[in-house]
Amino acid sequence: MSDIAIRAGDDTRRLVQVKRRQDLIFGVVGILVLFVVMGLLMTLVADLLIDGLGRISPEFLTSFPSRRAAAAGVLSAWVGTTLVMLVTAAIAIPLGVGAGLYLEEYASKNLLSDIIEVNVSNLAGVPSIIYGLLALGFFVYALDMGQTILVGGLVLSLLILPIVIVATREAVRAIPSGLRESAYGIGANRWQVMWSYILPSARPGILTGAIVGLSRAIGETAPIITIGALTYIAFLPPAPVTSTPPWINFEWLNSPFTVMPIQMFNWTSRPQAEFHVNAAATGVLLLCMTLMMNGFAIYLRYRLRRTVRT
Amino acid sequence: MNEALHIASPAVTTPTPLSPEATIRARVSNLDFWYSKFQALHSVSMPIHNNKVTAIIGPSGCGKSTLLRCFNRIHDLYPGARYEGAIELMPDGLNLVSRSVDPILVRLMVGMVFQKPNPFPKSIFENVASGLYVRGLRNRSEVEGRVEKALKQAAIWDEVQDRLKKPAYELSGGQQQRLCIARALAPEPKLLLLDEPTSALDPIATAKIESLIADLAHDVTVVIVTHNMGQAARISDQTAFMHMGKLIEFGETEQIFTNPTVDQTRDYITGRFG
Ligand SMILES: Nc1ncnc2c1ncn2[C@@H]1O[C@H](COP(=O)(O)OP(=O)(O)OP(=O)(O)O)[C@@H](O)[C@H]1O
Ligand SMILES: [Mg+2]
Repeated sequence: MSDIAIRAGDDTRRLVQVKRRQDLIFGVVGILVLFVVMGLLMTLVADLLIDGLGRISPEFLTSFPSRRAAAAGVLSAWVGTTLVMLVTAAIAIPLGVGAGLYLEEYASKNLLSDIIEVNVSNLAGVPSIIYGLLALGFFVYALDMGQTILVGGLVLSLLILPIVIVATREAVRAIPSGLRESAYGIGANRWQVMWSYILPSARPGILTGAIVGLSRAIGETAPIITIGALTYIAFLPPAPVTSTPPWINFEWLNSPFTVMPIQMFNWTSRPQAEFHVNAAATGVLLLCMTLMMNGFAIYLRYRLRRTVRT
Repeated sequence: MNEALHIASPAVTTPTPLSPEATIRARVSNLDFWYSKFQALHSVSMPIHNNKVTAIIGPSGCGKSTLLRCFNRIHDLYPGARYEGAIELMPDGLNLVSRSVDPILVRLMVGMVFQKPNPFPKSIFENVASGLYVRGLRNRSEVEGRVEKALKQAAIWDEVQDRLKKPAYELSGGQQQRLCIARALAPEPKLLLLDEPTSALDPIATAKIESLIADLAHDVTVVIVTHNMGQAARISDQTAFMHMGKLIEFGETEQIFTNPTVDQTRDYITGRFG
């Protein structure tokens, strides 16, 4: 009796030791991989910072591009990026969230919805230049909309729509079935269930998806170049607010524009080294813009988590 | 609520005239249920007595939850669910599982509490009021009155009355479950369904809920699924014993537990089953 107990004890101990060793090996491998990845990333960022940080000044942010590297700035580029991102967010988030909610909560599950599901996921992997070509053919030529901020926002929203849709569906799917069942159980109809119970619980996940999408859009160059956005813009779009009624002005949507990645691309292709410094500085600013966007999302998520907890 | 019932009632059958103290609240007749291909209920027939507690017992997987969830059509949320037969809600004889009856109408009349406490991620007050809001009730003082009444019925008012604005997830498991009972009671349902409401709770919380269910039966008709023989014996008036999707025996709780007529029932309640 006691003999067996002791032997069982030995076995257990050996088992624990094996598990410990496995944990250790996995931990070491994990840390090594992490170092390699982080090291690469850090080198890239550090290189950019060393090259560009010194060039960033108030004048750099408030000047238009110029033929003289020392006088050139990114004013039109960062304003363009900001406006294009606003349009992208305003189009992609409502459309993507709506489509995701519809597919998950309303659409009946059949062959058609399966086909749509597979295709939405595939769209997320289509090279961005394809979207650019589509926009060039459709928005710019067929609809004759020109190379405007609106078209830039449209093409980027098409690009990130699949990301937002997939994120929304996953956030909705992660909601425990008990919450759905009890929401329907109190007699709520689909709209009430979705609006009052599903959407609030899915919001943090949806937000993450939206920011991942926007972070991708902010750095995209290919589709914007494809639609023919200009690389040299020495003016700002009309202000969205005016001093006379109706105080709000949508003319800026139809204005030509450039964006940070294009400005960067343009400067890196110049032979002079001074322009390469400008490009690095633009890269640093673009990184900052992305980080700011992510920071805002983290803040929003934190606020939501405090009010909504499942 | 009653008007809604009359308007939506497609086929009004004459209810069986019964003495007031023995009225039938609902009648299950020849109910079959399929999860897609799998038939989970086979021709179940039983009455649900008005303002009484009906317990459904039976071994795991026998179809207790399946039967209970037919009463508020929660199966309709999943594709492939199919009902055959009837659950008639008296006195109008509205068939709750008929395809022509809107499941939302059914859920407006039948409240349900699930096994795992699942309060909404909202405040305590909003949780109980949610069923009222869904029914279009907006009058602040009426909502407040109904919430208070429901919380008192669910025996949790004393514990939450000074923190109604706090999030519901700050409550303990047992309190959350009573909150869910209050949430189901607030719209004054004709039937209250409870699916193993105490299986996730400790003995003290269980005792509280058991005594509250016994009190509830003065106002509401309760159908409860339970694994706990003692619980069924303590709180129910009628008991149904199920096995493999069939109703084996139905009767007064006392008779089922002291003098079952079917051997299978006897084996189960004496613990000699399977
Ligand atoms: N969603 C489903 N799809 C297919 N079959 C199901 C589904 N849910 C339950 N079943 C089957 O239906 C039968 C009855 O299940 P049910 O959940 O009603 O049992 P139960 O009596 O409530 O058991 P328990 O006491 O374990 O909760 C079981 O055989 C189960 O496998
Ligand atoms: Mg069950």
